[in-house]
Amino acid sequence: MDPTIFASAFTPLLNIASSDTMYQSMIRFAVVLAFAAVGELVAERAGTLNISAEAMLISGAFTGAVVSDHTGHITFGLICGMLAGVIVAAIQANLSHRLTIDQFVVGLTLNLFVLGLALFLDARFKPQTNVATKWRVPGLANIPIIGEALYGQPWPMYLILPTVGASWYLLFRTRWGLEVRAVGENPQSADVTGIHVNRRRRQSIYFAGLCSGLGGAVLVLAQIPINGFEAGHVGLKGIIAIGAVIFGGWTLRGTLFGCLIFGYFFALQQALPSIGYTINSQLSGALPYLAALAVTSIFAARTRQPRALAQPFIRGLT
Amino acid sequence: MVCLYALFIGIALIASAVLVWATGGDWRAVLPALINGSIAKPGRWGQTLTEAAPLLLVALGAIVATRMNLVNIGQEGQLLIGAASAAMIATRGSGIFILIFSILIGALGGAIWSSVAAVLKYWRKVPEVVSTLLMVFIATQLTGFLLTKKSLLLDRSADRPNKTQTSGQLAANTRLPYIHIFGNDISIAVPISVCIALIVVFLLNRTIWGFKLDMVGMNARVAQRFGVSERSAGIIALAIGGALAGLAGSFMFTSGTANYRYTPGFANNVGWEGLLVALVSRNQPLVAVVIALVFAGLRTGSSFLASTGIQREIVDVVRALLVLALLLPPAYVFLRGNLHRDKNKGGK
Repeated sequence: MDPTIFASAFTPLLNIASSDTMYQSMIRFAVVLAFAAVGELVAERAGTLNISAEAMLISGAFTGAVVSDHTGHITFGLICGMLAGVIVAAIQANLSHRLTIDQFVVGLTLNLFVLGLALFLDARFKPQTNVATKWRVPGLANIPIIGEALYGQPWPMYLILPTVGASWYLLFRTRWGLEVRAVGENPQSADVTGIHVNRRRRQSIYFAGLCSGLGGAVLVLAQIPINGFEAGHVGLKGIIAIGAVIFGGWTLRGTLFGCLIFGYFFALQQALPSIGYTINSQLSGALPYLAALAVTSIFAARTRQPRALAQPFIRGLT
Repeated sequence: MVCLYALFIGIALIASAVLVWATGGDWRAVLPALINGSIAKPGRWGQTLTEAAPLLLVALGAIVATRMNLVNIGQEGQLLIGAASAAMIATRGSGIFILIFSILIGALGGAIWSSVAAVLKYWRKVPEVVSTLLMVFIATQLTGFLLTKKSLLLDRSADRPNKTQTSGQLAANTRLPYIHIFGNDISIAVPISVCIALIVVFLLNRTIWGFKLDMVGMNARVAQRFGVSERSAGIIALAIGGALAGLAGSFMFTSGTANYRYTPGFANNVGWEGLLVALVSRNQPLVAVVIALVFAGLRTGSSFLASTGIQREIVDVVRALLVLALLLPPAYVFLRGNLHRDKNKGGK
């Protein structure tokens, strides 16, 4: 066989592997996913399969865009994005773990509500956003291929590091975290030992709202090609974050790894046309979602989910 | 209880009015526009009924799955697949048999699409919430892909404008017939959907199969002791949900939702709204008939909103607020009952 055929087939793959923009966009997608996924992990360890992560991302993104456009400060945008995420979380938490409405029903309604609200308000505000300035770590950012991706991102991206650290400490090194995990495994026993089950669950959802809201704000304020708010930018990333948590087997390390993988697929979807490797745009558009589905179905059966995941707790009901 | 419902609905409506007012719109114009668009103007209530049929079908599918605690939220995708597969058959021929066959194929397509989620759930333990939702996006892209190839779904006629991406138009004798009453056109799909609602009521409440679904939904372990397989019951329930969503899609296609063509934005949120119908009706098929009418009224009414200068998206907000308002009262009553009981216990 003619060796040049091989060469021409592999060139695009080689181009992808050696393109530093590819790694940059992969890290950016992965970081946004990680914000949502870390919060989602805490909520799921407490027993809530929180599908309103999507709503939290959207509200964070929209609020972040509007506030930073009006005040001119990216910091304000980030803070208000977090607050918007917490507001969505408050609705989800109180409806599902105080009023005991089915958590999926609440989450789905919230997803539709927040999307509708954001589109309605967007037509009026039409926020224009500027991308945050880049922080380049001297020296390290000059490493070929991965240097720019890891050490030369817009500064809000680096907020993922304290977020991950804080959630690790909270979840695995504090009494609160122990109680949260107990509530997700066996709420009846936790209740008997005096833990307020639904309060812990609500608090864990608030934490998820905080992280996802921040993630949404980071999405609009630190993604390079994004200007203003568009619903398509969030595009089910909240749900993909749930996929990352499942992929990671409900561990922090695995979840972050899952975010990297899904980030890779999002980046691949973006990069494929630009490097001249044309497959059908519709098929490549489905790529991240297909990958999430495939990866989840490979790993979901191998790991053990929190035993009380997605089960409501009502005292006296076994 | 009725007072509570009225109170919460009132709060939801006031909240939406405040929202319209705060964004500079005229909130008094919203309600007349909605009523004109949904019932008052000539020919509109027939349109509302026709739009209610697919919403009802989607809701019925969701209700069947919810009976055994399965959360299928991928109806939008199942509907798209159903409509696209019906379109692939129906645009290739003409006549009543092709019509019936294509509708059945549409239902089958939806059923297969949702069964994938069921298989993944029982074989690989993927939560059906996640898989059905992800498959909505995959379905959107897949049907978009079908529209790029002439051999699959793209219009094959020679006079097709260059840039359009729609399927061919349905032949005149392959369309669903309409009933004309009082100057309104009602698609034949409406009575069929109501019949299906009655069948679903019968199946769920009066047959052994419905009882089995209930049993698995309440306690899968007990059901297993009595010889009911959670797996087969679940796969069938999800497949029925998908089939009904696919049926809704093929009814939409054959009764002329997008001018008898399959277009990229074909589903137009019918899947999501049908799901909300199921949620609001608290999984009672007959209540769903009424709620589907209300939601269809919001849909047809919103097309009249544009003339008032208010964005149509406000209807999405109003709808979601209404859903929340309708979910709250039972939960509130339940909660108060609980507090009451605890207090009594404390007293003794």
